[in-house]
Amino acid sequence: MVLAEHTGMQVSEGTYELIGKAHELASALGGLTEVALLGPAELAGQLGGADVVVSVDHPALAEYLPEAYERALLEVLAQRSPRLLLISNGTVGLDLAAALSVRWDAPLAAYVSALEIDDGVVTATAQILGGKVLAELELPGERAIATVLGGALSVETGRGALGAQVVPITPPAGLDALRMSLRQVVEADGGDLDISSAEMLVSVGRGIESQENMEIVAELADALGVPLSASRPVVDAGWLPKTRQVGQSGLKVKPRVYLALGISGAPEHLEGMRNAELIVACNTDPGAPIFGVAHYGTTVDLFDLVPELVGKVRG
Amino acid sequence: MRIVVPVKAVPDLVEEIDLTADETGIDREYLTFVLGEWDAQALEEALLLKDASGAEVVAVGLAGDPEIDQILYTALAKGADAAVKLADASGAVSPGPAGIRIADRAALVAGYLEAQPADLVISGVQAADDLDGQLPPTLAALLDLPHVSVAVSVEAEDGSVIVRQEFAGGRSHELQVQMPAVIGVQSARQPPRYAPITRIKQAMQAGGLTELAVSSPAMRRGVVVRRMHRPETSGQAEMLEGSPGEVADQIVGLLRARGLMKG
Repeated sequence: MVLAEHTGMQVSEGTYELIGKAHELASALGGLTEVALLGPAELAGQLGGADVVVSVDHPALAEYLPEAYERALLEVLAQRSPRLLLISNGTVGLDLAAALSVRWDAPLAAYVSALEIDDGVVTATAQILGGKVLAELELPGERAIATVLGGALSVETGRGALGAQVVPITPPAGLDALRMSLRQVVEADGGDLDISSAEMLVSVGRGIESQENMEIVAELADALGVPLSASRPVVDAGWLPKTRQVGQSGLKVKPRVYLALGISGAPEHLEGMRNAELIVACNTDPGAPIFGVAHYGTTVDLFDLVPELVGKVRG
Repeated sequence: MRIVVPVKAVPDLVEEIDLTADETGIDREYLTFVLGEWDAQALEEALLLKDASGAEVVAVGLAGDPEIDQILYTALAKGADAAVKLADASGAVSPGPAGIRIADRAALVAGYLEAQPADLVISGVQAADDLDGQLPPTLAALLDLPHVSVAVSVEAEDGSVIVRQEFAGGRSHELQVQMPAVIGVQSARQPPRYAPITRIKQAMQAGGLTELAVSSPAMRRGVVVRRMHRPETSGQAEMLEGSPGEVADQIVGLLRARGLMKG
């Protein structure tokens, strides 16, 4: 079973990726692919790629709200008893999966990059420690949950238009006694510029070490006439605004050139830039996961490389 | 308002992570451990709440965690009112392949919170060594409390808490949540404050860490680690060799070939 995510009456790309994966796993088990659709029932029309759409519609589910989704999903799980529940490893997954693991009494594998059924046993590969270590896991028992990293699967098999059987489920009473409410939806701040439309990005990570050092890379970006972007730690530290963040919780970019300086390549970051046409990575750690997606790399220290680059670019 | 901040140390990601010889877990012996970055953000957000409304902030760790004394004293130096180390009375909890399982950690912290309830539990949304989920939702489910994760701001307002929950691309939701509640913080409203070494040393001299024994309930069945290994990164990036100047030349060549150099 896949938990569908939607915003602005549009089912997310991540949902289609998961439906595609669910079909693959369902064939191995001889079962069906079901999608739990919490919210406006007419969204079922966008879920033709599933075998069954299990629909719970209630005003509290109009937009994502943690407690409402959790209670509605538990009702769906109780009625449908899926073998495996798939959720994207984004905000919703980080919110719900671990709580469901307790309430539905099912083992959970998080940060999953690969998932198989091996002789009836669910096995998963989890990327932990910033992607530096892969854990091969087994999920025992008759049911399990996996939160799956996005961007690694194709959306095509999930889209389908064959049409699904829609099974409506009565909203549980708990949806009328919630302990939280949504006050406001705040759209992303347009901000200074849109890095997702840039042809090239100079992107900086933890390796820059301090706010004072930022001017070194700012100079390179300036010399090249392109924007500066960053991985999450740089934005969380306040050295660049949120609009410059590349990654799962920031923006997805697909520039012609992505120059990654001092970025290790944690899975959440790779999700935001792995499809750039040319990726050049600079990191002193030869084992940094960024080299797994980069086309060219160097272990030269960025503090030595960047001034050289600036000199040559300025000519 | 009483705010409890569960914190833990994780392997420093700047370093190489060694695995045990039989590849079933990380080799903890030579690792450097640092306060988890999201837990640092959570502590900061709790301290901001204290600055704004005079809340009591209690930092909580597990007695067996690496560097826990240092971490708790630093929390006190930053402004936490108290620091507690939880010891597992049953002695059954020990580090798994990636560290102490979230299921076990949450059970111990939940035991403490049942005895000493908080209005808010604020912890990092995740941690680098998480394998079987994340602490805040697990804790909330054990205690049947409302919870919100990926929070980028937490503010008190008339007896409830206003949480900004962030989604991909920077969109966010502003939620009103009844207390008691559990919040998983992604980032604080400002970068974590700095605690001068002198103040940390003062905190150490003053003592002030309380140790409490908590019993851990029966362990829930969870994922089984078959094997751990490093990703294969070789065979992808073509590594550029030479001095910084030579590498810079090669990169400029790559850009020029794509018409991305001005002039």
